[in-house]
Amino acid sequence: MSQGIYLDNNATTRVDPEVLQEMLPLFTEHFGNPSSMHGFGAAVGGKIEWARKQVQALLGAAHDSEIVFTSGGTESDNTAILSALEAYPKKREIITSVVEHPGVLALCEYLEKKRGYTVHRIPVDNRGNLDMEAYRAALSDRVAIVSIMWANNETGTIFPVEELARMAKEVGAVFHTDAVQSVGKIPMKLADSAIDMLSLSGHKLHAPKGIGALYVKRGLRFRPMLRGGHQERSRRAGTENAPAIVGLGAAAQLALVHMGEENTRVKALRDKLEQAILAAVPSCFVTGNPDDRLPNTCNIAFEYIEGEAILLLLNEAGIAASSGSACTSGSLEPSHVMRAMGVPYTAAHGATRFSLSRDTTEEEIDRVIAVVPGIIAKLRSLSPYWQQEAGRPKEFAPVYS
Amino acid sequence: MWNYTDKVKEHFFNPKNSGVLDSANAVGEVGSITCGDALRLMLKVDPDTQIILDAKFQTFGCGSAIASSSALTEMIIGKTVDEALTLTNRDIAEYLGGLPPEKMHCSVMGAEALRAAIANYKGEAWEDDHEEGELVCKCFGIDAAMIERAVTVNGLTTLEEVTHYTKAGGSCQTCHEKIEEVLEEVLAKTGALKPAAKHAPGTVGLDAIKPLEPKAEPAAAPKLTNVQRMQAIMSAIEEMRPQIQRDGGDVELVDIDGKDIYVRLSGACSGCSQSAGTMMGVQMKLVEKLGEFVRVKPASLMPAHAG
Repeated sequence: MSQGIYLDNNATTRVDPEVLQEMLPLFTEHFGNPSSMHGFGAAVGGKIEWARKQVQALLGAAHDSEIVFTSGGTESDNTAILSALEAYPKKREIITSVVEHPGVLALCEYLEKKRGYTVHRIPVDNRGNLDMEAYRAALSDRVAIVSIMWANNETGTIFPVEELARMAKEVGAVFHTDAVQSVGKIPMKLADSAIDMLSLSGHKLHAPKGIGALYVKRGLRFRPMLRGGHQERSRRAGTENAPAIVGLGAAAQLALVHMGEENTRVKALRDKLEQAILAAVPSCFVTGNPDDRLPNTCNIAFEYIEGEAILLLLNEAGIAASSGSACTSGSLEPSHVMRAMGVPYTAAHGATRFSLSRDTTEEEIDRVIAVVPGIIAKLRSLSPYWQQEAGRPKEFAPVYS
Repeated sequence: MWNYTDKVKEHFFNPKNSGVLDSANAVGEVGSITCGDALRLMLKVDPDTQIILDAKFQTFGCGSAIASSSALTEMIIGKTVDEALTLTNRDIAEYLGGLPPEKMHCSVMGAEALRAAIANYKGEAWEDDHEEGELVCKCFGIDAAMIERAVTVNGLTTLEEVTHYTKAGGSCQTCHEKIEEVLEEVLAKTGALKPAAKHAPGTVGLDAIKPLEPKAEPAAAPKLTNVQRMQAIMSAIEEMRPQIQRDGGDVELVDIDGKDIYVRLSGACSGCSQSAGTMMGVQMKLVEKLGEFVRVKPASLMPAHAG
């Protein structure tokens, strides 16, 4: 496939060529095991510590030893939650939200079903904002850990994590946040924060896949998920994925440099795309909270058509996007995020996410703006829910549903 | 991304017969927007000849749902209503060169819309048929009768397959036990299908694995001559007739075209909702007798008839 227009950066990003350059010597030249007592190992150990400092800087953490390298967001999420439960065995409750990533939700469901934990899933309103009253009501000294994402991957909606963390502290609960989508896009200073643990993933910020990190605040009770060697100060056993760790370090350094651009140029492109589509296409709307969201994310629900069909036609036009539709995932329900916000089924199936990055250009956005209205019109001409001549929805109630 | 065949892509990117058919005298509507796919099938049937002169569709759904609808209209135009009724979701999927298992429900939706449209044409109340079966999956509104049809026509054996083909049980999962009950019932009824459906032709099931004989004989089965093959097919169908006749129907061999074996079902079998299941049974029997894969099709699908 030729180089198309890639607007699916919340799914994964391109490895920055500078990141790759930093990584390459680790495969063939500096291939030693950092645990080894010789020069081959020492060279790699130094690189890993350099990378740790870059991640520390990006997060604004007080100490580099607060960074534990993992295999990615899911491992970080699982480690954080299981650690808190093991560290506080008498507390049998967990608080999370209905719109979390499966890396958190599926684990909580498992803990609820198989381990007898009580899980509070805090609902959201129709703009994706957290129900703060429900959160306050769920907090108690029985809660071992609160795990609530910093920003939602589908809509980009940002949660007030700092406030949530402070409230969790008041009842003595550990506060963890899945910040996979927000690291590199939102400035952070964890040194001054009440957040105890934070998950990040390399491949969302132009590092390779298979690398991530868990921030663990100094002094927090921690229990490792993987036991074995003494790597990562015995908090995550297993020989370090040195090339990827160095890649993450380089990517963190670049993310800090480009943070301003993400919030100015990339944000402006996102806004341009969104406004142009809303102006050109009838019966569509932005999902989530447009006033408080990631600068690169735009999720538009196109009513009366289905997301997979939209993606296939976009792909044919060389444009890569993503959908909360049931059909794209092979599951049979539209995304849990769309359902949690109460987005009507007429629109949830057509929810389409465009996620930009610093690689995105204005020419690309112009091209997408030119193509999208035609695609939507074509699919609506096939839809029994759309009245072609009138350009508006119509009644359609099949015999069984 | 789904691995769609070129045929699926062709029918998705350039759908045939999409839009509204103003002169329609038969309309079938199935699915719903909550399910994520819905289809309105419109037919124009000649009242004298019973031939479907034209067909159009409107579909809300994914790529394979639109492709299945498009394929369906192409397959039925020029056929009589009764010929069209022998069409199953498998035929739609085969016409498209296959669908990913998770997408088979799109072909089922096509077949169901066709049944609904023809019921509408004949003035039958499609709901009656619907009420026959107990509503099993509340999330997607799938009843026992529809699961039975899908299981019979496609030789399904597991809960997972039922979900892939009908969507039933794909959401809240509380109906899984009920689906398994329906599945067991159907499998018990069509007991003959059971062992053969376990493993594809040409592979060996666990039950058939035996220790190697110390003195291995040349194992290759002698290849049948065309005459022997034809006789084998004829005798296999003769063997099956008494059983089918007991149900008030009959089966007759019409033609053999390579791997395609055309038969005609008559009596109680023609137009019966289980006719596809009978076809499947005949096919299993022939595959077993011949030791090669063949496809049993209704005579109405013979190339000479195709318009």
